[in-house]
Amino acid sequence: MKLQPPLDRRTVRKLQAGDRLLISGTLITARDQAHLRLVEEENPGFDLEGAIIYYVGPTPPKPGHQIGSSGPTSAYRMDQLAIPLLSRGVRGMIGKGERSAELREALETHEAVYLIATGGAGALLASRIKKRVPLLYEDLGPEAVYRLEVEDFPCYVAYDVHGNSIFGSDRQ
Amino acid sequence: MRTIEKKIFQEAIKQALIEMNHELSPAFISRLASAKETETGTVSKTILDDILQNHEIARKGTFPLCQDTGMVVVFADVGQEVYFSFDFESTLNEAVAEAYAEGYLRKSIVDDPIHRRNSETNTPAITHIRLVPGDQLRLRIAAKGGGSENMSTVRMLKPNDGLEGVRQETLKAIKNAGGRPCPPLIVGIGLGGNLEKSALLAKEAILRDIDDKNPDPELAQFEQQLETEINELDVGPMGVGGETTCLAVKVNTFPTHIAMLPFALNLQCHAARHREVVL
Repeated sequence: MKLQPPLDRRTVRKLQAGDRLLISGTLITARDQAHLRLVEEENPGFDLEGAIIYYVGPTPPKPGHQIGSSGPTSAYRMDQLAIPLLSRGVRGMIGKGERSAELREALETHEAVYLIATGGAGALLASRIKKRVPLLYEDLGPEAVYRLEVEDFPCYVAYDVHGNSIFGSDRQ
Repeated sequence: MRTIEKKIFQEAIKQALIEMNHELSPAFISRLASAKETETGTVSKTILDDILQNHEIARKGTFPLCQDTGMVVVFADVGQEVYFSFDFESTLNEAVAEAYAEGYLRKSIVDDPIHRRNSETNTPAITHIRLVPGDQLRLRIAAKGGGSENMSTVRMLKPNDGLEGVRQETLKAIKNAGGRPCPPLIVGIGLGGNLEKSALLAKEAILRDIDDKNPDPELAQFEQQLETEINELDVGPMGVGGETTCLAVKVNTFPTHIAMLPFALNLQCHAARHREVVL
């Protein structure tokens, strides 16, 4: 299924845990340190409404390339700080691995989805990133906030807004 | 005495680190490929396919396999007849720094666990140096990611817990870890010694040749049985369920104290970046 951010509520409601998505358009990167700052940031320089945040800290780009290896990092570390961003309109997050019950509740409340990209597939995912523009906190190095333009970026719906999960541990 | 030259030592480490971040061992890839054939879940099969495709792209040399290019771990077995005309540790760290700069690998090391300022060089490496007979230097090098290391553990079991206790602790830890350590895994178990020895044994276990067989028949059977049981947990590739949670279980043991049964579990993600170099 093709998906293009920004996401509205209607689109998000249609997504089902287990769906394979190919995303084209804009993703915003942020991980641990950037989340600490973003929750306080009054003017983040991008529209949070409908945005998809990608939890990634890439390798440095080789000359002539936009970005280096760019797979997802573990999402559970961002659980607490993700909730205030969801209340400000963020409607999707891409990471890897299971997350807390609180986060899953917040997804239902705010109508947002958690997507996973294949962890450790940083080369494959980098090949689908066409452009990288620095937005905020360049002092954070690999943890800085970037705007990525992606094409057919492969993800799976992990938690949908209806309380379903892709994870084996949730099926037992 | 046999002298090992600084340049040869450094180049070997640099080359190993850059190579391992782009290409996994053929034996490991062949296990992944057979797992993809037998995996029955739709999503889990696609994820195994993503992982194999990723390897094909990374092999071309532009993008490392994973953005977490790891903390460098080096087991150095140093022949007693080897002479180094340089400072071993600082030269090794220089080689690591050069590899991570020239190879465009991510610098993931912070200089202090609390203040967390990036060292910008991916150093220091963790070294385990041992003196052995002979005139050769054997280096086992790994670039180990944070995700799988975070799901690893050490527990001091009771002697009477035995292999059954080890089995239960392992299954519990892998089930609780779910997709977070990036399965399919290599599961390394260290048994015996003391607190730190068990952790070292577990780390050495994940560095074993994936196709080797435990010389102890009881442990060989235990490894097989545990592999089957782990793959019945329905954790699956990246936690999405399925039959492929681990590709191998390796158990390394050492004598221990009458009052102790130290147990360490070290998980290796599917980007199993290891190399062995003999100089």
